[in-house]
Amino acid sequence: MKKTFAALAAATIAATAAPAMADLVVPNLSYRTGAYAANGIPYADGFNDYFTLLNERDGGIGGEKVVVPECETAYNTEKGVECYESTKGMGALVYNPLSTGITYQLIPKVSADGITLYTPGYGRTSAANGKVFEWVFNYPANYWDGASVAVKHLLEVNGGDLNGKKIALVYHNSAYGKEPIRTLTELSKKHGFTLVELPVDHPGQEQKSQWLQIRRDKPDYVLMWGWGVMNQVAIQEAVNIKYPMENFIGIWWSGSENDVGPAGDGANGYKTISFHGTGANFPINDDLKKYVLDAGKGSGAADQVGTVLYSRGMYAAMTISEAIRKAQEIAGTSAVNAAQVREGFENLNLTEERLTELGLPDFAQPIAASCADHGGPGSARIYQWDAGGKTWNSVSDWIVSDAEVLDPLVAEDSAAFAAEAGITERCN
Amino acid sequence: MFYREAGDFKTSYREDSQTFPIKFDRLRYYAVLAVAFGVIPLFINDYWANAVFVPFLIYSIAAIGLNILVGFAGQVSLGTGGFMAVGAYAVYKLMTAFPEVSVFFHVLIAGGITAGVGVLFGLPSLRIKGFYLAVATLAAQFFLVWLFNKVPWFYNYSASGQINAPDRTIFGVFVTGAQTSATAKYMFCLVMLTIVAVIARNLTRGTVGRKWMAIRDMDIAAEIIGVNPLTTKITAFAVSSFFIGIAGALFFAVYLGAAEVGEAFGIQKSFLILFMVIIGGLGSIFGSFAGAAFLVLLPVLLKNVLVGTLGWPTDLAAHIELMIVGGLIVVFLIAEPHGLAQLWRLAKEKLRLWPFPH
Repeated sequence: MKKTFAALAAATIAATAAPAMADLVVPNLSYRTGAYAANGIPYADGFNDYFTLLNERDGGIGGEKVVVPECETAYNTEKGVECYESTKGMGALVYNPLSTGITYQLIPKVSADGITLYTPGYGRTSAANGKVFEWVFNYPANYWDGASVAVKHLLEVNGGDLNGKKIALVYHNSAYGKEPIRTLTELSKKHGFTLVELPVDHPGQEQKSQWLQIRRDKPDYVLMWGWGVMNQVAIQEAVNIKYPMENFIGIWWSGSENDVGPAGDGANGYKTISFHGTGANFPINDDLKKYVLDAGKGSGAADQVGTVLYSRGMYAAMTISEAIRKAQEIAGTSAVNAAQVREGFENLNLTEERLTELGLPDFAQPIAASCADHGGPGSARIYQWDAGGKTWNSVSDWIVSDAEVLDPLVAEDSAAFAAEAGITERCN
Repeated sequence: MFYREAGDFKTSYREDSQTFPIKFDRLRYYAVLAVAFGVIPLFINDYWANAVFVPFLIYSIAAIGLNILVGFAGQVSLGTGGFMAVGAYAVYKLMTAFPEVSVFFHVLIAGGITAGVGVLFGLPSLRIKGFYLAVATLAAQFFLVWLFNKVPWFYNYSASGQINAPDRTIFGVFVTGAQTSATAKYMFCLVMLTIVAVIARNLTRGTVGRKWMAIRDMDIAAEIIGVNPLTTKITAFAVSSFFIGIAGALFFAVYLGAAEVGEAFGIQKSFLILFMVIIGGLGSIFGSFAGAAFLVLLPVLLKNVLVGTLGWPTDLAAHIELMIVGGLIVVFLIAEPHGLAQLWRLAKEKLRLWPFPH
């Protein structure tokens, strides 16, 4: 046994004692294997490619190269811990683990280590309250926003009245899938609809009983909080029971090309919520093609450009790079550290003009973060799948979530965390 | 030459029946303890604690627990993940309900609660054996995971169903929560493992262990010579679940800090720990350590070599790693069906004759 230890010690020391990097380090905790790989790969590619573009075109951010060490988590919390610990020592500035489970684990760790955790559209919803969660940011929108946007869209469709309607929630039976339940329960009280909860266990390949129940109960609408292989199976099952697709709405993690593809034409009309635009027609795509793809520097197989999750990876990378830029501006130096980057996140002011400048007009909503507001505008758009043209078409304008319902919930949940962790509120 | 019984005179029964009758073995044992308690804590950092040592120590506890049940008492169990979940949720409820009590006792009480649950699910073992018992324990696995997902009381009605370990101290040093130092985590788990291993070793050497092994080897014969199958099987389930409960409590409170039952304590965990026991060696305390080391440390080592040193893409490395570990398991089981512990035994036999093999 001692021999195993000795061998291990030698190899790991050799591995972890990689040269200390002076550049900006933004680890990419990705997953390209396992039940969630279909969704993890495009996201990781988009994330990497955006930083490659910055390095190749602009020489990094403010003259500092960005290094993106990738670490495979397989959406598994134990591997997530290992990845966090192994990349922390490189001088990581910000983490984006793309997993609600790993996020929950990292929240106390990053707060103790003083590293920013950026979880756009996932993670712990109440992290939107910057008074309690100093090191965590989840703008532009969170799960509760998503739930509220979906319900608002349904209100629009129904002329403002959901009384007596039945809405089913098909969710991944984990922290991620359970997040919207509290909001939807509140919203069902407010708008008078009935909520039916249908949990699907990891990894979600078996959903016959849930969809049989839907077939029997005939809910007016189905919302889905799914991820990975669960999405494809759910959409296929919905097609099998001939559920009207336009009444089936997935959260942003349940609406990518990979999810609707296997169901073919049957998936036509499936709706999803998204907090950013998608497609390969933004001005930035020309630069991306010129500097990254044609130069053979694309991440992975470089075949995901323009997909929804690729765009989301790019969105996350873009926000992080803008926050770093802001941090450089505040600190007056280009070699910023983790604490200065947090300042950048907190003072981020991402305007429509800036987005156009970046080559991403009408891509996302402006963000004006503050000490208390780590949650952003909370608005999103509804997209509908066109199976013939294989595109996601926007079918609504930006819908802003119902702050009247969400704010008290965020306050309540973050207060519970503050009490549990013994945190006193900041920003007062 | 050094490794032999000759010349090591025993003058009392106590000395004669000690765990390590060979002097060299005894010294090696003390050396391992000295390194583990005296040297490693001085050099350990966050990475080594969280990625290597803490999971290894905790999985060792779980493997020892399962080895008692499967290896010593011969009762196949696939419910390990579920029993670890009992330990984790028990310690969570205790930590949040009685913050003034030391977490050390919480972990022990969590083990006790798990022992109770284990006994409950062990009752069918009196009527059914082998594969059928495995299926009954599989039911325990799924039932317990479902229970902790379904009943909000277990996760204190949090919105997401996640449980988070609050900050707790022992003698003023943080052992759970984010402020815990690498050394504290390591030492807490090491102390627990040492206690568990010493208890397990001595139980299996004594009457209790002999009864377990009698039941394992042939239950009817055991019953004829006066071994009570009821108490024997139930004690095996109780002791095994006690250790597994401790492992689950540490896994959640010290190692992960936050957990959700389906992901952390699913059926994969049951299989993982069963594989540790089988690869390490059934019916061997050393085997539990070896199996845990093999399945916890090897993937980390491979990852560091393939990605860190060779610079391979992470997805390729992850897939190759699965193949290598899987391939090695197959090779081991063909070359040495009795596990790593048997290799260790053979090595000791050879060492006894060295340098003059006949």
